[in-house]
Amino acid sequence: MLQLECPWCGPRDEEEFTYGGEAHITRPPEPDAVSDAAWGDYLFFHTNTRGLQSEQWCHSHGCRRWFNVARDTVTYRIHRVYRMGEPRPGFDA
Amino acid sequence: MSGYRLASGGRIDRDRRLEFTFNGRPMAGYAGDTLASALIANGVDIVARSFKYRRPRGIVAAGAEEPNAILQLGCGARTRPVQRATQTELHYGLSARTVNGWPSAETDLTAVLDRASRLLPAGFYYKTFKWPAAGWKHYEHVIRAGAGLGYAPDDADGDRYDRVNAHCDVLVVGAGPAGLSAALAAGHSGARVILADEGSEFGGSLLSAAEHIDGAPSTHWIARARAELAAMPEVTLLPRATVFGYYDHNFLTLVERLTDHLPATDAVGPRERLWRLRTKQVVIATGAIERPLVFGNNDRPGVMLASAVSSYVNRYGVAPGRRAVVFANNDNGYRSALDMQRAGIDVAGVVDVRADPSGAWHEAARAAGLRVFAGHVVPDARGRRRLASVRTARLSADAGRIEDEGPRLDCDLLAVSGGWSPVVHLQSQSGARPRFDTDRACFVPGDPVQAERSAGAARGTWDTAGCLLEGNEAGVAAASACGFEAPATALPSAAAADEQPLLPCWLVPGFKPVSRGPKQFVDYQNDTTAADLHLAIRENYTAIEHVKRYTALGFGTDQGKLGNINGMGIVAEKLGRPLAEVGTTTFRPAYTPVTFGAIAGRDVGALLDATRHTPMHAWHVARGAVFENVGQWKRARYYPRPGETMQQAVDRECLATHHAVGVLDYSTLGKIDIHGPDAVTLLERVYTNNWRKLAVGRCRYGLMLGEDGMVMDDGVTARLAEHHYLMTTTTGGAATVLAWLERWLQTEWTDLEVHLTSVTDHWATVSVAGPYSRDLVGEVCADVDLSAEAMPFMSIRECTAAGVAARVARVSFTGELSFEISVPAAHGRRLWEAVMAAGERYGATPYGTEAMHVLRAEKGFVIVGQDTDGSVTPDDLGMAGLVSAKKDFIGRRSLARPHLQRRDRRQLVGLLTDEPAAVLPEGAQLVDDPDGPLPLPMVGWVTSSYASARVGRSIALALVDGGRDRIGQRVFAPLADGRVLSARITDPVFLDAPGRPPHDRTDRTDRNAERSGHRPERPPAGAVDA
Ligand SMILES: [Zn+2]
Repeated sequence: MLQLECPWCGPRDEEEFTYGGEAHITRPPEPDAVSDAAWGDYLFFHTNTRGLQSEQWCHSHGCRRWFNVARDTVTYRIHRVYRMGEPRPGFDA
Repeated sequence: MSGYRLASGGRIDRDRRLEFTFNGRPMAGYAGDTLASALIANGVDIVARSFKYRRPRGIVAAGAEEPNAILQLGCGARTRPVQRATQTELHYGLSARTVNGWPSAETDLTAVLDRASRLLPAGFYYKTFKWPAAGWKHYEHVIRAGAGLGYAPDDADGDRYDRVNAHCDVLVVGAGPAGLSAALAAGHSGARVILADEGSEFGGSLLSAAEHIDGAPSTHWIARARAELAAMPEVTLLPRATVFGYYDHNFLTLVERLTDHLPATDAVGPRERLWRLRTKQVVIATGAIERPLVFGNNDRPGVMLASAVSSYVNRYGVAPGRRAVVFANNDNGYRSALDMQRAGIDVAGVVDVRADPSGAWHEAARAAGLRVFAGHVVPDARGRRRLASVRTARLSADAGRIEDEGPRLDCDLLAVSGGWSPVVHLQSQSGARPRFDTDRACFVPGDPVQAERSAGAARGTWDTAGCLLEGNEAGVAAASACGFEAPATALPSAAAADEQPLLPCWLVPGFKPVSRGPKQFVDYQNDTTAADLHLAIRENYTAIEHVKRYTALGFGTDQGKLGNINGMGIVAEKLGRPLAEVGTTTFRPAYTPVTFGAIAGRDVGALLDATRHTPMHAWHVARGAVFENVGQWKRARYYPRPGETMQQAVDRECLATHHAVGVLDYSTLGKIDIHGPDAVTLLERVYTNNWRKLAVGRCRYGLMLGEDGMVMDDGVTARLAEHHYLMTTTTGGAATVLAWLERWLQTEWTDLEVHLTSVTDHWATVSVAGPYSRDLVGEVCADVDLSAEAMPFMSIRECTAAGVAARVARVSFTGELSFEISVPAAHGRRLWEAVMAAGERYGATPYGTEAMHVLRAEKGFVIVGQDTDGSVTPDDLGMAGLVSAKKDFIGRRSLARPHLQRRDRRQLVGLLTDEPAAVLPEGAQLVDDPDGPLPLPMVGWVTSSYASARVGRSIALALVDGGRDRIGQRVFAPLADGRVLSARITDPVFLDAPGRPPHDRTDRTDRNAERSGHRPERPPAGAVDA
């Protein structure tokens, strides 16, 4: 069970959180302007990174806030926790 | 009858005699015994029949690695299956029995399978499953008869199981010399330390060894160390606690056994406690497990690990045999031989695989007069129910084959040692990969992945001095990593390394080729032999994980603690590859089996999940309501009168609502309070229809889609004030919808100024429906004009109801004139009773969810989650008119995808059975031609189905491929009982909606299908609810 550092509540067990999948996927601002294929890609296809990835988590059994986590999907090491709206961290950090 | 109690010695209390039974036979042991040592003392030879061949098996080990003595303890609800006798503390009144073999393990009549073993090669199960498929059912009952490892309790478990969430700085696993030393070092630093050991007593291997520390028996040092630790306020000592899982981010699980070592009368309090532990640092001091040697008939009762023999002699004061031979490839054989000799057991000789043994242990054995057969092996053991003799043979110079047969030695005990395997299970579970150490011929911990370190025998250090030193270093380092400084302390003096290297021997050469010689068992629990492994390789299974699965190596409840490494050695040898390259199989939790009780803890029965009751619940109970679960809610389903069937009650409730007035507890409906200047923007974005023109005091029905365009939820939202809305959701979808809205607001629409509050539990709602509802509500609610002119359909007003500030809304889910009155939850019961009291003269009848479902289905109103399944679009439901073309909303873009535009999509229709009384089962699959060739193509299924009193026949809703173009056609529902019901496809609205254009469902989606006109002058007497 992972231990995640909620930016508002501090370190908590994984079971208090909801996983939201890959972060920084932007909803196309003009959905009509994108092709069916591009829309399908936005909806259904994620990078499925092996290694460091940015993902969304929600402290659903705590403060109910969403935030971002940079996590290694192989080692499960948490590299950074950062708030919504903050840029994706440089992964060499 | 080979084992017996020694006249003296051991850590047992000979003044406390404990009576117990084994297979119903009365026996006795002493306090301090394990069940295994007591069985040996009582002369029990056979404790199991093997899984596949039904061969008799005896006790092999003295710890967690025991593969054979797996017994059923106790009986009834408290019985425990799969208990290792070697780790079961004896207590007064303990009852133990063998579980495999028929009629019992000791006299097994199915042992003939052993001679039929050519029919049961490796991969037998796989081959049987593959071909012929029908054969399995014939083999299975033969294989399964009398097999298995235990029985589940035959009644509900009445015991309590606790759960603890804990944090510490340093967890030390194992309280042997290394673990105690580590705990002392870390404890002295002031760090929060937990020391856990699976045994009842701390000391680990020292308890079984005749060793000295600081010049005195090692037990003195153990007692001092324990007392010192117990005095430290930040140290928690957990005996009888097995650390069975090592998970991510240093999360570990322990199970602490609290009462199973006590007689039933003393067993008070929780039975077991599950510790969920998050720790900064872990010291793994789990020791090592001795490996047996793999030779012919090495499973005969009487063949025992040398370390187990020492343990039984030194710790428990029992002799596992009368005349012993030792067979070893390392110095531990000599240690065990000397232990036995000291205890008065006749030792016929030590067979040492090494051609030229030397060193202190060998010399001590020689000096003690022991006969040593150097460069020899035991290729075969004789005796059937108990070992009777062993054959010996001299090895060739390269140790690869047998040269001459040596003397046959009579014995009833063979102590074997093939070297040690560090218990790397937890370290491996933590994500590290064990590394093969060629010098020590064992797998040792690999590079740590998490914050842990191993010490002592767990990392291949065998001598006590080394264990004490490494434990101390690990304790200091772990504490230091947490910011604590351990003071320097002098280490106690103990025996240092004086052993000579072992000679690896994975498979003892036999007199015949492996495939034709006597069985050489690698895994006792699954009857996996060396020949099976060779067969797997011949059949081209070369990866160790594949060999494991093909031969079932390590698949037992012991997870191959004894056999796996030998198995890997044999595979590596056969493949001609170094063991380091072949690698280990994966170690998975749990280290030893854990009870379901411990895992479930208190989350059983009523505490399994929260139960939610409305404020009026007690009233429904008093009225004899039958409840149904809707999510966590208990909802009244119907209110049967004495002698009424469910259908009769539902019919009565429906008709009362239709002719007079029905009252429904609607408090469970999900409610989300939406506040803020951007509230309407949020609604615009999450609902398919338009919200900007909704006036204050008005309500609107909304359909919510997922981004994939599929219907996700629906409900009525009211505008309470300029920037204030109240959204209702389905009862089951409330939490999902709130989370959905919150996510969009927090991740995508962070610029919107809007606040969400779940108010589901804050309001109690009473829905009043039927032609007299306005009259009734008018009597309960004050300060409001309920007339059709002042309060049109789909409006909401504030008022006073039953003397409390309330809201009243005119909405309908039944097709009848309806009002919903809401008051703060604390006043719910009062409101309900006021409505029922005022309703008496109108024949007000409480109705439940079943009648509500029937009433809404008659109007073709869908229930999201019942009539939809996550693959249904608004148009599939006939609600395209509710989808705005003028704005963007979640899911809109997806609706334009070609697949979602297809005309032959599965669409909501009505079904009328040709036999009006026949009610289609919900979920029934529909076909066009029930007599067509199998498999029949499915064209849809029934989503809702009822006997409808208002319509006067059965009705059903269904999703049918291209259904709207098929109205009037016939479909068939072949049922499980062989009947086939035929039905006509119809419009999904069964009660009139005058003037409605065909296939336009906008009217009902807007809920303006409220009945008009019809109102009897006075309520029919029959409808009055007594
Ligand atoms: Zn939080």
